[in-house]
Amino acid sequence: MTVMEQRGAYRPTPPPAWQPRTDPAPLLPDEVPYRVLGTDAAAEADPGLLRRLYGELVRGRRYNTQATALTKQGRLAVYPSSTGQEACQVAAALVLEERDWLFPSYRDTLAAVARGLDPVQALGLLRGDWHSGYDPRERRIAPLCTPLATQLPHAVGLAHAARLQGDDVVALALVGDGGTSEGDFHEALNFAAVWQAPVVFLVQNNGFAISVPLAKQTAAPSLAHKAVGYGMPGRLVDGNDAAAVHQVLGEAVAHARAGGGPTLVEAVTYRMEAHTNADDDKRYRADSEVEAWRAHDPIALLEHALTERGLLDEAGIEAAREDAEAMAADLRERMNQDPALDPMDLFGHVYDQPTTQLLEQEAQLRAELAAEERHHESEGAPR
Amino acid sequence: MTTVAVKPATMAQALGRALRDAMAADPAVHVMGEDVGTLGGVFRVTDGLAKEFGEDRCTDTPLAEAGILGTAVGMAMYGLRPVVEMQFDAFAYPAFEQLISHVSRMRNRTRGAMSLPLTIRVPYGGGIGGVEHHSDSSEAYYMATPGLHVVTPATVADAYGLLRAAIASDDPVVFLEPKRLYWSKDSWNPDEPTAVEPIGRAVVRRSGRSATLITYGPSLPVCLEAAEAARAEGWNLEVVDLRSLVPFDDETVTTSVRRTGRAVVVHESGTFGGPGGEIAARVTERCFHYLEAPVLRVAGFDIPYPPPMLERHHLPGVDRILDAVARLQWEAEN
Repeated sequence: MTVMEQRGAYRPTPPPAWQPRTDPAPLLPDEVPYRVLGTDAAAEADPGLLRRLYGELVRGRRYNTQATALTKQGRLAVYPSSTGQEACQVAAALVLEERDWLFPSYRDTLAAVARGLDPVQALGLLRGDWHSGYDPRERRIAPLCTPLATQLPHAVGLAHAARLQGDDVVALALVGDGGTSEGDFHEALNFAAVWQAPVVFLVQNNGFAISVPLAKQTAAPSLAHKAVGYGMPGRLVDGNDAAAVHQVLGEAVAHARAGGGPTLVEAVTYRMEAHTNADDDKRYRADSEVEAWRAHDPIALLEHALTERGLLDEAGIEAAREDAEAMAADLRERMNQDPALDPMDLFGHVYDQPTTQLLEQEAQLRAELAAEERHHESEGAPR
Repeated sequence: MTTVAVKPATMAQALGRALRDAMAADPAVHVMGEDVGTLGGVFRVTDGLAKEFGEDRCTDTPLAEAGILGTAVGMAMYGLRPVVEMQFDAFAYPAFEQLISHVSRMRNRTRGAMSLPLTIRVPYGGGIGGVEHHSDSSEAYYMATPGLHVVTPATVADAYGLLRAAIASDDPVVFLEPKRLYWSKDSWNPDEPTAVEPIGRAVVRRSGRSATLITYGPSLPVCLEAAEAARAEGWNLEVVDLRSLVPFDDETVTTSVRRTGRAVVVHESGTFGGPGGEIAARVTERCFHYLEAPVLRVAGFDIPYPPPMLERHHLPGVDRILDAVARLQWEAEN
């Protein structure tokens, strides 16, 4: 019926009642990144945890410098360093239970190592002997993910599946500031919130996506604010404050485990090294900016807090250093050995059963290798 | 001997029955996608599944294909067997990064430690009068990605048997459903569904000795019709239904072409860079000394899929197939 046909009977009515579907206020992040070290809260922090974090940070820094050195010696194809981000890496590993899952990106090998993965396995992708150097199920660490943010929906799906199975499992997914611009970041957060999946997203905002600063990446008030649009809480934390990151992530994990759904945590940190050993950061940032962040180094921060409380002395610092050196020496020695490679592995894992086409190609490569072998033998050349 | 009531059923019904039987047989099987729950899918393939198995097993997801496939990857990593529905061929493209960078590679990446038992159902092809983005033949994209199986049924019985096999497979399967055959009927007993069909085996749908039509999915009925019409010209055509594009059944195809000496590949997908190029090359490599004529292709034109009022000019039809058969150098025999 048209308005005319109603002959004046029609009265304009407001639309059906509207109200926000979620109260946004409790989802909003703090106005400034949450800190523990250097604040009153530092005095209350668990001494055992602080000491453990310190040991892991020192090892983590040494791991980063050792891995970078291995690229210069030709033992790694490439290394994206997490120097300066060790507090995020270590805290991410330490807040998880054994049954939980970690979803790292290529810059997060340290988090995998801190979770207990053999560093030689963690570096397999970057050495180039196989795409994943480890079985993800052994320590519940997804393969290092290179296409940015594409691992985030995996974390959501895994967490959702675990919950459907009645398992008490949380997934923690790591991503960088650049990754938050990807569509998969958006889709993952949306699915996680709709499904109330037990997943925690940790954005390590290290200031740069290779050369592009955050200002060119987003106009959001903070990356943590993005959470509100999905209906999940956003938390903002000082990413160089290991105690703060551990606390905020720990609370988010506990919230997810208790059925409270996902959380987005933005840890504000800084990438102290270039993107990788193949990058030149002098082209896009000033030394003074790097130096300003060096004054807020995660290890120095924690060391200061520990010594101030009398929880760490010179001997303790030396012990942590020696422990890290031993780890580095072992890593160096094992990475200096050539990995054993079987070219036939190239065909064995494409499908459960190789196709006839793959079998033909496998036979071709086998014949080529045999011919190569005969050639070496006839020349008497050392192999 | 008991007589079994064999009733005509549609391909859509057979697909739905395959999903239902798979879900009943294995609690790890989860169906997910846009509108698959309450509505039962835009083609009604998932009709009744949410009601029977609950919304946790047949889930209406947010409208985001990368998210659907990406979360399904995580579910498969945890041991489930997700069956994902992409609503239309052209709407699957947002999921390509997940498909190519993760789904196809996870087994290889982890040296066999972690497989992804995922089925990705994609309604594909034209002939239904769909407006833009509803009629693409996207099989060549999938075929070009190692690690994926690419399967497409052309009969009601195969729709059931191949979908059961896809869901049972420990490898990811892109399961292409020919839209215009959704409502095709066939004598098929829904109370006694056909056996699970092995993935990777082609079948000879019609025996003949003059030439081989190599086809799959939506083009099978067209080829069978062309083969009947060809009798008037004195040609007795063999028709091979590939059923699986990956793995490709070289044996069945080669055996047929060596016997007939002539071959035409027929599909809706574009000619340039389409599956027919790969198939013609494989046939030529294996049957060169048996061939009486070059292997020809009857395929879609190399144009964006046309609007519905023009699509009949694009789709391979009986006349175009017979014209190709006529060009198979028969005069050399005389």
